[in-house]
Amino acid sequence: MSGAWFVLARLCRDRSALIGLVLILGLVASAVLAPVLATHPEDVYELHPAERLQPPSPAHLLGTDRMGSDVYSRLLFGARITILIGIIAVGASLLIGVPIGLVAGYYHSWVSDLLMRVSDIFLAVPQVVLAIAIAQTLGPSLPNVILALSVTYWPWFARLVYAEMRSLQNEVFVESTAALGASPFRLVVLHVLPSIASPIIVRASIGMGFTILTAAALGFLGLGPPPPTPEWGRTIAESREFLPDAWWYALAPGLAIFLTVMGFNLLGDGLRDVLDPRIRRARANRG
Amino acid sequence: MRLLALLLRRLAWFVPTLLGLLAITFVISRVIPGDPVALVAGDLATPAQVEALRRQLGLDRPLPVQFVGYVGALLRGDMGTSLYTTRPIAEDLARRLPATIELTLVAMAFSIVVGIPLGVVSALWRNSILDHALRVVTVSGLAIASFWLGIMLQLLFAMRLGWTPLNGRLQGFPPPAVTGLYLVDSVLAWDWPAFGAALTHLALPAATLAFPALATLVRFTRAGVLDDMQSSSVLYEHAMGLPRSVIVWKYILRNALTSTVTQIGLLFGILLAGAVVTETVFDWPGIGTYAVNSIVASDYNGVMGFTVWAGAIFIVVNLLVDIAQGFIDPRERST
Repeated sequence: MSGAWFVLARLCRDRSALIGLVLILGLVASAVLAPVLATHPEDVYELHPAERLQPPSPAHLLGTDRMGSDVYSRLLFGARITILIGIIAVGASLLIGVPIGLVAGYYHSWVSDLLMRVSDIFLAVPQVVLAIAIAQTLGPSLPNVILALSVTYWPWFARLVYAEMRSLQNEVFVESTAALGASPFRLVVLHVLPSIASPIIVRASIGMGFTILTAAALGFLGLGPPPPTPEWGRTIAESREFLPDAWWYALAPGLAIFLTVMGFNLLGDGLRDVLDPRIRRARANRG
Repeated sequence: MRLLALLLRRLAWFVPTLLGLLAITFVISRVIPGDPVALVAGDLATPAQVEALRRQLGLDRPLPVQFVGYVGALLRGDMGTSLYTTRPIAEDLARRLPATIELTLVAMAFSIVVGIPLGVVSALWRNSILDHALRVVTVSGLAIASFWLGIMLQLLFAMRLGWTPLNGRLQGFPPPAVTGLYLVDSVLAWDWPAFGAALTHLALPAATLAFPALATLVRFTRAGVLDDMQSSSVLYEHAMGLPRSVIVWKYILRNALTSTVTQIGLLFGILLAGAVVTETVFDWPGIGTYAVNSIVASDYNGVMGFTVWAGAIFIVVNLLVDIAQGFIDPRERST
């Protein structure tokens, strides 16, 4: 517990990491408290054609959309979908990528080569391209978006864990644990995994931002969860035919995506500085 | 000789990567959907029609046989027929490729020409107001959804201010096709109005596409120059009494430029991924809009054709970058 407090305290001293943390807390608060914060919580499913495309006003803080629903309220409920996609997709990528990286890194055989070549092939193609192909084949829905993102993101974790595992193999603590007769499973899971947790956490934070951005792009292309789900990318796509008049309709969800992704990126950068003292100097340069 | 070895090693890696990509697209198109025949036949087909179509498409054969047939067809340039345009997909994609290449190249040139100087400047005047301002730009560049940025630029520059066209590649007839790149073709035809028009059509989509790549480049250049400035060779040059301007222009800048070559593969990935959505926003007639139109038309052949092309282009570019790196940096040859 004291370790977590230490990290948190250090993060709060770094201005940009603190901004990231605040942005993410804001996102989580919007998602959890959506029914309370929303001025028109029923508007996720209800239509009010008489009130369509109204500019921002005290009654509708961010205006209304083409169905007359409150943009602000739908945005809050959209945060739930964003968080859901991000957490499940990154979680699943971790569950696939980390064991593969550990196995490939521990053994020195054709299995390692095969596993790494397979992940290289996935990394050889931009993620959004493969995700489009998978999401299109499976059909537009929330689980399919999550699946498409997980299937295409795990190689980042496999690569990272593989490299870390290999570089640790000659460390004294690993060799001595092995010499004491620890089983490969015990050695890798109880001794190696905790010491490579930091880079995995950093990658997961940046991966959240990246995954949310790709998910929004899929939503924008019509491959996301179908309406009336208040997904942010789809909302932007819907708003296009009402520009330039209904500018609020396109502006609000884009800003929400921007702030969310920025939050995870800044937090990831900050965590890297705090968790890995080795690269603190180099990171200071990288800004 | 070592260069040749590097070349062979990279080429030896190229073939399995491409085959791996094909295996992935094969699995996506033939295994995941459960029954791809039903997908192609549509909802109204009778069971007998579905069976006939299955035999006709060769989908009644075992999967490994199908895979060999799939790769063989692709090698012959046969990607099937688009349900959306009813033309061969390879032909459709080939006709649309120059538009994507032109957009990507202009965006890449823009991000390099603007990004590297900005990165150097922000490293040289570290922690100045300029450096902080650039930091905001780079952080934003990696967090902004490019489709949204494109729409916002359209809203401001095309709809409100009317400075640029809203979308499309060119109004009226394109210049006589030589390269397929309108900027080059219009210069070759000495058609300056067309050149200007092509340029204004390119401005917004290229800026949209370039932004994330630009942010990445500024970040890497800044880090590279800062590392360089603390290196012992630069320290030595200072000790020799070389003026700062000579050190910066002659040594630091040259190192920054060389390391950029290694970034081009990465940049290209960012640009290619961005092209899909950017082209959609600006109705740019490239392979990205083709993919999206195929998605809308549920044309899975078209989507797969795009995936294979985009993946293959990306792998080829990375191969070329690897080889170029071998020429520039002798250390690469031995790895």
